[in-house]
Amino acid sequence: MAETRKGSDSSGHGAPSPGGQRDSTLKIAIVDESPIRAAILEDGLREAGFTQVERIAETRNLLARVYALDPDVILIDLESPSRDMLEQMFQMSRAVKRPIAMFVDQSDSASIQAAVDAGVSAYIVGGLRKERITNILDLCISRFNAFARLQAELDSAKGALEERKVIDRAKGVLMKAKKLSEEEAYALLRKTAMNENKKIVEIAQSVLTAAELLK
Amino acid sequence: MSEMKLRIGYIPLVDAAALIVAVDRGFAAAEGLTVELVREVSWSNVRDKLNIGLFDAAHLLSPVAIASSLGIGHVRVPIIAPFNLGLNGNAITVSPRLYADLSALADGDLSDPKVSARALARVVEERKTRGADPLTFGMTFPFSHHNYQLRFWMAAGGIDTDEHVRLVVLPPPYMVESLASGHVDGFCVGAPWNSVAVDAGVGRILHFGCEIMARVSEKVLAVRESWSNDNRTALAALIRALARAAEFVDAPNNRAAVAAMMARRLLVDPDLLVRTLAGNLKIAPDGTTRESDRYILIGRHGASRPDPVQAAWAYAQIVRWGQAPLSEDLRSIAQGVFPPDLYDAALGGSPPPLECEPRDGIGAFVGPDFLPGDIAGHLAAWQLKRAGRPRLSIVR
Repeated sequence: MAETRKGSDSSGHGAPSPGGQRDSTLKIAIVDESPIRAAILEDGLREAGFTQVERIAETRNLLARVYALDPDVILIDLESPSRDMLEQMFQMSRAVKRPIAMFVDQSDSASIQAAVDAGVSAYIVGGLRKERITNILDLCISRFNAFARLQAELDSAKGALEERKVIDRAKGVLMKAKKLSEEEAYALLRKTAMNENKKIVEIAQSVLTAAELLK
Repeated sequence: MSEMKLRIGYIPLVDAAALIVAVDRGFAAAEGLTVELVREVSWSNVRDKLNIGLFDAAHLLSPVAIASSLGIGHVRVPIIAPFNLGLNGNAITVSPRLYADLSALADGDLSDPKVSARALARVVEERKTRGADPLTFGMTFPFSHHNYQLRFWMAAGGIDTDEHVRLVVLPPPYMVESLASGHVDGFCVGAPWNSVAVDAGVGRILHFGCEIMARVSEKVLAVRESWSNDNRTALAALIRALARAAEFVDAPNNRAAVAAMMARRLLVDPDLLVRTLAGNLKIAPDGTTRESDRYILIGRHGASRPDPVQAAWAYAQIVRWGQAPLSEDLRSIAQGVFPPDLYDAALGGSPPPLECEPRDGIGAFVGPDFLPGDIAGHLAAWQLKRAGRPRLSIVR
C-alpha cells in the first residue's frame, strides 16, 4: 500500500540507551546483495557496539523495507543497482529524516575516495554529527577491503590449483613419452623453465599444447 | 603532450553507442586517446565517480548533468556536456492487462498519445471508484526524461502524477522482471529494455518517446567544467572521435557491425539492437511492429551538437515537477551546461541548419511552442499548480 511518511520527530535515537553508549541506538541498514560481505560487515558493527543493524538483501521491496526500518545510516554496496532507487527516496522524502549521501560533505575527500575504492557508500540522516559516523565508515571500508582480499586469495588459491593440474598432466605426458619417473619428469620441467627463464607452469602448458598437436 | 589517457563511465544502453564504437572501432585511438570504458550499474555511481574525479568523462542522463550543475538533490559540481550522445530512444511500455483496460476505455486510436492519455485518466478514475490500488509506473531516475515524459503524457490526460499514480525508480535491468511480476503496470525506459519486455511477452510498447516529444536530449557526454578547462586538447580529441563514431553508428550499412560491437558490451541479442538502431520495433508480443526514423537519433539530424534549448527544456521540467525553483539565474546556469562552442571548435565550422525538425526544438505533442526565455509562460500553460513540496507516495 501507499504510505505517506509523517514526521516521527526526534524520538528514538536521542534517548540514552541502557548500555550507556549513545551510538548503540543508531539504526544502521546494510544494503548488499552479497550475503557473506553483509554478514562480515554486520559482525564488525556489532563488535563495535552497534546493536541495531539490519541487512536488506532483497531489492524488490527495498524502499518499503527502508521505510519500515527508518534507519539513521544506510550503507550500500556500490555495485548494487538499487542505489538509484534510494536516490528517489531522498528526493521525495522531505518529511523529517532525510538521509543524504556521504558525498555531500566534500570536506573529507580522502575518506570519500577510500570508500568508493572499497566499493561502499553511505547515506546518513541529516543532523548526525560527522564524528559519529566516521568510525562506521572506517569500519565499512576496512571490512569491504578485507572481503576483497579474501576474494582475491580465494581466486589465487583456485589459480594455484589449476596450475598444479597442468603441471601434473605435463608430467604424465613426459613420463609416458620419455619413459621417465615422476621425479625425473618434474626435474626436466624445472630445468627447462630455468633455462628459458619461464615459469614451470608455462613450460608444462607448452608440453600439453605440443602433445595435443602431435596426437 | 598532455595526458591523453581517459577513464569514462557508462551504463549499458543503446545510446552509449557512440562511446562504445569510438573505443572499440578505434576512432578514439586515431585521435591519440587511450580510453578505458568502465561499465556502471547505477546513475548515482556514474554521477558520483564523475564528481569526485574517478572518471574523466561519463555517459550521463541529460537532466542529471543539469541537476549537478545547479546543485539540486546533491552536491553542486559544475558539469558541462560538450557532446550529445543521443536524442530520444525512450518508450513507454505497459502490461498486456493495462493495455486491455486502455483499449476498453479509449475514444480513438491508442497510438495517439492524446487518446492514450485520456484513456489512462479513465482507467485511473475507474480504479479509484472501485478502490483498487493506484497504477504504478517505473522510471529510471528522479532527474530523467523517463520521469518527465511519463508525467508530461499523463498530465496531458488530466492525471495528477503525484496523487493518482505512483512513479517508482527502477534500475533498467529490473524493469522487465517488475512488469512480469506485476510490481509495476508500465514503465518508461531507454533501449533496449522496452524491446526486451515485448520479446519476453510481458509488455506492449504504447508510445515511442518521440511521440511525446519529437526531439529531446536523452544522454550526454559529461565532464567536470574544471576538467574541461584543464584538458582542452584531450576534450577536443574526444569530441572528434565521438563525432566520427556517431556518423559510423548512423550509417545504415554499419548497423550489423555496430550491433555486434554493442552486443558484446550490453550482453543483449544483436538482432534486437539492429531493430532498435533502425527504429523499427516489435511493439506487441503478437509481432505487430511500429517504425519511426526519430525513435533514436545518434549522429543524424544534428543530434550530436549540444543545444542550449534542450538544457532549458530539461530545466523547465525540473521546475514543473517541483525539483527546483524557477529563476533566471538557474536557467542561465542550466543553459550553460550544453555549450555548442567546444563542439564547433573541435569540428570546425557550424553545422547546417536543421530542416524537418520541430520549430521550437522540442515538438511536444500538446501545448504551445517552447520558448527558452519564457519558462514561466510555458509552465503557466499547464495550469497545474504545484504548491510546495512533492508528496511522497511510493512502495507497495
